[in-house]
Amino acid sequence: MGASHEDHHHTPDPHGRALRLGIGGPVGSGKTALTAALCRALGQSLRLAVVTNDIYTTEDADFLRRAGVLDPERIAAVQTGCCPHTAIRDDIAANLDAVETLEERFGPLDLVIVESGGDNLTATFSRGLADRQIFVLDVSGGDKVPRKGGPGVTTADLLVINKTDLAPMVGADLTVMSRDAAAVREGRPVLFTSVRQEPEAHAVAEWVTGVVEAWAHEHRHAHPHAHAHAHAHAHAHDADSPESSAHDTGSPEPGHGRDRTPV
Amino acid sequence: MSAPSLNAALLLLADSRLPAGGHGHSGGAEAAIAAGTVRDLPTLAAFLRGRLATSGLVSACLAAAACALSAPAAGSGTASAPAGDDAGERGMPSPAARGRAAAGVAGGLLGGWTELDAEADARTASPAQREASRVQGRLLLRTARRIWPSPVLDGLAEAVPEGAHHPIALGAAAGAAGCAPEEAALAAAYTSVTGPATAAVRLLGLDPVAVHRLLADLAPDLERTASTATAAVTPGLEQTVSTVIAPGLERAATAPSAHTADSPPPSPAPTASAWAELPAHSAPALDLLAERHLRAGLRLFVS
Amino acid sequence: MTARAVLATAPGPGGRTVLATMSSAPPITLRRTGPGQVYLVSTAAGPLGGDDLALDIDVAPGTVLDVRSVASTLVLPGPGPGSAPEESSMTVTARVGAGASLRFAPEPTVLAAGCLHRMTVRLELAPDARVFWREEIVFGRYGEASGRCRSRFDAVAGGLPLLRQEFTVGDPAIDASPAVYGDARCVGSTLIAGPPGAAAGHPQTPRTGGGRTSDSLSAGGRRTREAILGDGWAALPLAGPGILVSALALDAAELRRRLERGETEALSL
Ligand SMILES: Nc1nc2c(ncn2[C@@H]2O[C@H](COP(=O)(O)OP(=O)(O)OP(=O)(O)O)[C@@H](O)[C@H]2O)c(=O)[nH]1
Ligand SMILES: [Mg+2]
Repeated sequence: MGASHEDHHHTPDPHGRALRLGIGGPVGSGKTALTAALCRALGQSLRLAVVTNDIYTTEDADFLRRAGVLDPERIAAVQTGCCPHTAIRDDIAANLDAVETLEERFGPLDLVIVESGGDNLTATFSRGLADRQIFVLDVSGGDKVPRKGGPGVTTADLLVINKTDLAPMVGADLTVMSRDAAAVREGRPVLFTSVRQEPEAHAVAEWVTGVVEAWAHEHRHAHPHAHAHAHAHAHAHDADSPESSAHDTGSPEPGHGRDRTPV
Repeated sequence: MSAPSLNAALLLLADSRLPAGGHGHSGGAEAAIAAGTVRDLPTLAAFLRGRLATSGLVSACLAAAACALSAPAAGSGTASAPAGDDAGERGMPSPAARGRAAAGVAGGLLGGWTELDAEADARTASPAQREASRVQGRLLLRTARRIWPSPVLDGLAEAVPEGAHHPIALGAAAGAAGCAPEEAALAAAYTSVTGPATAAVRLLGLDPVAVHRLLADLAPDLERTASTATAAVTPGLEQTVSTVIAPGLERAATAPSAHTADSPPPSPAPTASAWAELPAHSAPALDLLAERHLRAGLRLFVS
Repeated sequence: MTARAVLATAPGPGGRTVLATMSSAPPITLRRTGPGQVYLVSTAAGPLGGDDLALDIDVAPGTVLDVRSVASTLVLPGPGPGSAPEESSMTVTARVGAGASLRFAPEPTVLAAGCLHRMTVRLELAPDARVFWREEIVFGRYGEASGRCRSRFDAVAGGLPLLRQEFTVGDPAIDASPAVYGDARCVGSTLIAGPPGAAAGHPQTPRTGGGRTSDSLSAGGRRTREAILGDGWAALPLAGPGILVSALALDAAELRRRLERGETEALSL
């Protein structure tokens, strides 16, 4: 094990690996539905894997597997011991392990989605786990929620307000929600969706595609360490053209799985 | 063992906030609560006492052994340090000397890790418990390698690619952080009861102060467990140093690049393992609980 | 009393097993009851405090040995009214050679109130040896508090540790712990060990996969065999080549039933 190898292992290295996208938000707002929608919309163009953080059981992972939107093997469930926010923010070890196991088994990947367990408005992803994050609200909590703010609403890279189909029924005013969100988000984007009516959530999928492309552009030249060690997930060589990502699933270098990357 | 001064790294290692995935494990408490055998403070107290006396003691021994194995390379120094001048008291050797000693010992250690890992396996009959232990060990090692970078920890990850057993990872991390074997044992004993205690607070809604009182009552037992464990590892350490580490150091000295991926680690000696005599207290109820937990439809904790 | 009994097999004519050595040492008396079958007969009470008993078993390569006992072993305190109880000990050492097979399934050890006992088993298996080893400990006679006991079991297969386990009985605070024995009054375990895929003969070893042992892929990417779980028992596939059936029960009869159920499941895998 050479010195450069150690360097590679001791720095959370964004080069040559998939974008990690956190999807957080309160219980039942539609995080799993949105994850499924993204898999439907992007499954053909991006190499994907998903990590779920269920509070109980493996409900979300099972739902996604049943939905048939992604190879079931590419969905991993993490158990969070009563504290969903701990697993995505304070102690991300189990989630990182799951993400990297997926990257080692199925890499190179373009996007790994990490769905958090349903939590409260303060729950956000650690930057050590998620490169970008989406916070999902729904209209049924009332149009006051964006005004209440909280780190999820204010700082997420994208705020999604879901279940717009229910707005008339719960008397939520989408204009108010849009205005309040804009006021606290300093120009960061907000998208309204109804995954129920639009199962591929096109607008969100488009935003994700843009983010993944920007990420690949920024990090496609793996730094020398990653090159020297030719890790399976350092797939930068042929990721220059976006087309290559659609078909190139690469075959992992023999024995690469024995060498775990502690990021 | 020399008696080093107290090491603050011990507090970091034993802290439940150490980001190493420990919060997801209840050490059998969730299954015991589901079975109704842990339901209030007295039954929790009995659970913790029994856990400490069995798997807690075994963990403490494995952690002490792992710490003792890694300490010479990490520079904390033990009485049996095989690296001569290079392994003086904590912080004394020059970084270069330490680096050389560390790399050499790390190379020599591969066989030592494999042997100790096999001893942990033999003491963990339940596959659910082995898996929980290896997952936690892997997560801890991932975290520790970033906090206390050391060739010893890299070597452990290499020697046991599927994830070292948790107490071994804990002991090695303690060694890399400069702790003494007794401190590693204390951390292992402590975490063997704090995980389940925290889980019980969450699952049963017990008064957290009352539960901490139970833990405080266990303090003398924790200390006794740590010193029993430290005494238990001494003979094994001496044997390992002479049969595993010293030859490894020699190889490292004669062929500086001997330790690469192409040269397989020395296979464990076919004769009695250095750690054969370590305590092996088993807890049949914990085994059954761990297996039942895996089959539970509804669970919050991994184990 | 100090006694050391010895039992050794040798290959006989026609592939049969003969008993090369069968040396009783009262209170351990050995009695041959069939080809390759021996009963342990206790010809005195005890063991009593102060007794130091040993049984050495050597199963020669390619031979088969079946060891049983007529009645359970009742461990009693020493005769003296001395303040410090004297320890009794029973040590069984067994070597099982290449291709050999040993079944060791004596009746339970009962810890009478006040006893102080140590049980030691050292089992050394050739890589392709097969073994079926049952051990049952009963915490006191009916309605009686348990005596104290420390038991240690070490099985090494092909030079690698296969199973090491200790049971400590007699500290009520620990015994009754829901982590250790809970409300059980007996603990038992059966080690069924041998090379994977050993086809015919008895004892058998588990196949990997198939049957009710499903393979699951752990996070680390390696396959682990799953346990089979029953009421108060579990058949636990070890990391090495073997399965441990572990059981807890309120009484000796229930313990035996649970172990046997687990053994059947483990053997049918
Ligand atoms: N009407 C309506 N229902 C939706 C929409 N999106 C999701 N749902 C429903 O809302 C419920 C919760 O959706 P999930 O996707 O499971 O929500 P979640 O945020 O993943 O929930 P947790 O993981 O439990 O926190 C489900 O019954 C979905 O079918 C939507 O756009 N409109
Ligand atoms: Mg969900």
